[in-house]
Amino acid sequence: MIKMAGAVKNENLILERESSILIKGRQRKSRLKCDTDSIAGCVSQRACVYCGARVVLNPVTDAIHLVHGPIGCASYTWDIRGSLSSGSELYRNSFSTDLKENDIIFGSEKKLAGAIDELVQKYRAELVFVYATCVVGVIGDDLEAVCKAASKKHGIKVIPVQSSGFIGNKSAGYRAACDALLRLIEPPGGAKRHTKKINYLGDFNLAGEAWIITGYLRQIGVEINVVFTGDSNYHNLQKAPEASLNIIQCAGSMSYLARRMEELYGIPSLQVSFLGLEDTSASLRNIAAFFNDARMMNLAEELIERETGAFRPQIERYREKLEGKKAAVYVGGGFKAISLIKQFREIGIDVVMVGTQTGREEEYRILHDLADDGTVILDDANPSELERFMIEKGAHLLVGGVKERPLAYKLGMAFIDHNHDRKHPLSGYVGAVNFAREVYSTVCSPVWKYAREI
Amino acid sequence: MAREKTTYRMVNENPCNMCMPMGGILPFKGIEESMVIIHGSQGCSTYMRRHIAEHYNEPIDVGSSSLNEKGTVYGGAQNLFQALDNIRKVYRPRLIGILTSCLAETIGEDVEGIARYYLKQRGLEGISLVAVSTPGYGGTHSEGYWLAVKKIVAGLAETTGKHGGINVIVPNLSPADIREIKRILNLMGVRYTLVPDISDTLDRPIARPYTKIPPGGTSIESVRRMPGAAATIQFGVTVEEKLSPGHYLQSEFGVPLYNLPVPMGVEATDRLVDLLAQLSGNSAPQILNMERGRLLDCMVDSHKYNALGSGALFGDPELVYAVARTCAENGLYPAVVATGSGNAILEELLGPILADSPQQARYLNEADFTQIREACRETGVNIAIGHSDGKYLTEREGIPLVRIGFPIHDRVGGQRLLSVGYTGTTMFLDRVTNTILEHKHRNYRAAMYRKFYRKTGIEECPHEKYCAKEVR
Repeated sequence: MIKMAGAVKNENLILERESSILIKGRQRKSRLKCDTDSIAGCVSQRACVYCGARVVLNPVTDAIHLVHGPIGCASYTWDIRGSLSSGSELYRNSFSTDLKENDIIFGSEKKLAGAIDELVQKYRAELVFVYATCVVGVIGDDLEAVCKAASKKHGIKVIPVQSSGFIGNKSAGYRAACDALLRLIEPPGGAKRHTKKINYLGDFNLAGEAWIITGYLRQIGVEINVVFTGDSNYHNLQKAPEASLNIIQCAGSMSYLARRMEELYGIPSLQVSFLGLEDTSASLRNIAAFFNDARMMNLAEELIERETGAFRPQIERYREKLEGKKAAVYVGGGFKAISLIKQFREIGIDVVMVGTQTGREEEYRILHDLADDGTVILDDANPSELERFMIEKGAHLLVGGVKERPLAYKLGMAFIDHNHDRKHPLSGYVGAVNFAREVYSTVCSPVWKYAREI
Repeated sequence: MAREKTTYRMVNENPCNMCMPMGGILPFKGIEESMVIIHGSQGCSTYMRRHIAEHYNEPIDVGSSSLNEKGTVYGGAQNLFQALDNIRKVYRPRLIGILTSCLAETIGEDVEGIARYYLKQRGLEGISLVAVSTPGYGGTHSEGYWLAVKKIVAGLAETTGKHGGINVIVPNLSPADIREIKRILNLMGVRYTLVPDISDTLDRPIARPYTKIPPGGTSIESVRRMPGAAATIQFGVTVEEKLSPGHYLQSEFGVPLYNLPVPMGVEATDRLVDLLAQLSGNSAPQILNMERGRLLDCMVDSHKYNALGSGALFGDPELVYAVARTCAENGLYPAVVATGSGNAILEELLGPILADSPQQARYLNEADFTQIREACRETGVNIAIGHSDGKYLTEREGIPLVRIGFPIHDRVGGQRLLSVGYTGTTMFLDRVTNTILEHKHRNYRAAMYRKFYRKTGIEECPHEKYCAKEVR
């Protein structure tokens, strides 16, 4: 374990947090405590099981997303994500059983059944996700039974999502969502395997990112069967078993689903990343290599050459301005953090602090290998740790979500929005340029001339 | 007023309100050197932090007792102890608010008892704990806000000698609004304690060094001395007595209560200024009279434009009432008035101020946005005034939205919106009037073309694509 006192001042550090923070090269151990419950009073940046489940399922466009619980959980998750749809807009509504005191006392199964009836009748949906919230887990509503009865009554899929907030952390919510998706996927019963069709797991089509990647793959002769879950719908999700390969971008949320699909349907999986030029090119090559198809490999090389040729010069121009700057990264999952370290190197920036809300042990191992000596690596951080390490390491910018943004700004640091709210794509070649431009526009903004020297 | 039939509703479609603990956080952010903890699972505090941070563009730190399965089954006292220890260590607050969540309430946590035991067990002095029971199913953020203010006052108030100051208790207004109210109080020469004061803490200037708890807020000492005040002015006419801090100070300590509407619009601002004149013995300074005159000038300049508006107002009851008064004063009669709260007082109050309205307004209590949208469509609303969750009114019904209140997530500057006092009302009215004008100017060519030209029997206009662009 790290001796924080020797490395940095230890005034405000909460003792229980020590094993979740390490500095590369300062201690023999490279293991980090992760994937555990947050510690009370730490002001963790993590949300809950429900959050994890909702993030993964919400992009399913033609589903009724019904939150079974008091109003707050539905209120805070209504249309807050930038997932785009090519069809239904139903997913942009937030439905709630809006439980009140009497419902808590007398039970709320009837209300839930009534809510499903009302919504299905009004919106004619074929798919309903019912999210359990904290109280539902405590008052003992039989969610399974209500959903089963409603499925039968309406002849549609009503799937319960076991996402009571207290049963674990955000990762447990990912798993609950994947379990719900597995219930949706039909058994293969004679489903024809398409040799060049693949499923794309862990892209939520923020600002059309899944469309960008679909376009690339089509150019090299690969068809996307279905994306989990960006711009997906009931019917194309059901066809998931027809694919011959699962590629996974967001591993934190989707590796469980991939593993289950391999067990159930024999679909192999491949980890990819479309963040940054280097990773995008490598991922396209790996997909082509998987199919062992010479023509596909050639097409991939052509695409890579064409796109890098078009975008690298722009990125180089930004790199000249950004060389030598230092970045801090605090994001949701490990895969994104790993890609970001590489992506920052492409534009001449070193990562001096990197952490995630839900990273897993193997991801932290990769982060540790990838990081420069002296980089602070931390799991489930809080504002006071972020503040302290960003200042100590002299970071010029932070990558994070909505909650972290004002902290960075108040500290006089640039900020990159790498969250689900954003309205611009960061995936693929076009995304790599967007990223470089965003970094440039915030790091090199003239406002810092005034806001830092006070 | 035509009230919608309210039956037991099975489902809320796109909420117009948030939950009780969310409202409870805000007052604690307006008390000096204080922190707040949500006793519940980790998600509650994180979602609320995100929701508040996105509105104010400020770091919002809120602790959580991070209740897990074990805590839920065996009781969460140990988690709450740990949370209090850690928050004290990192933030060194002098006051910690403890808000309960649905989960804590459902498993029957006695938070006040745990808080008392904690202080005793840790042998602490010089730190206050204020527990507030805010189950998410117990009310909306509005009720959570008022209950938290009341509990802060009740938790800190001490019997003190009369000091002649005035208590001013405010609803959830923007930091800019609070600053304006303080400016008016200063101009009128009164000594006051304003609770809760988020004017600096949630609209924080860039300054070094960064402190974990933002500087500012009502000082704990002045809250303690509120019982000695000569009077309480509370902008809380829609607040039930059991949630009302002003009523508490009146019944417990005999502080006379003047419960006023939010000083928005001429009449309501006059009422505040007149009362301050009466309480202080000072007359309004020339600068305020000038501002009042400018507001009247603005009202006259804009009255015909405002008469074109048929409004939908929604949000917190107290703010909705203030906006409704202001709109009615200017001949912009609301067609739909809605709140997510279950509030019986608001409807009664609206009656007299909408008496001159040419059309009967629809009042929606415990409303969601699907109902509000339907009512807007049916009544032909052409301008909406409320928080940013009304964005679908624009996106799907083509009704422009003037943003006011909390939350405002899709624009910057919610914390800087000024809408109270003579000056703030002027700025608010200009925002409204200009929205009406922009909408009119964008649409009238096509509207007139469709309405009249097509009936002339003359061939289709060759420039149709310019003059008859499809508009809603």
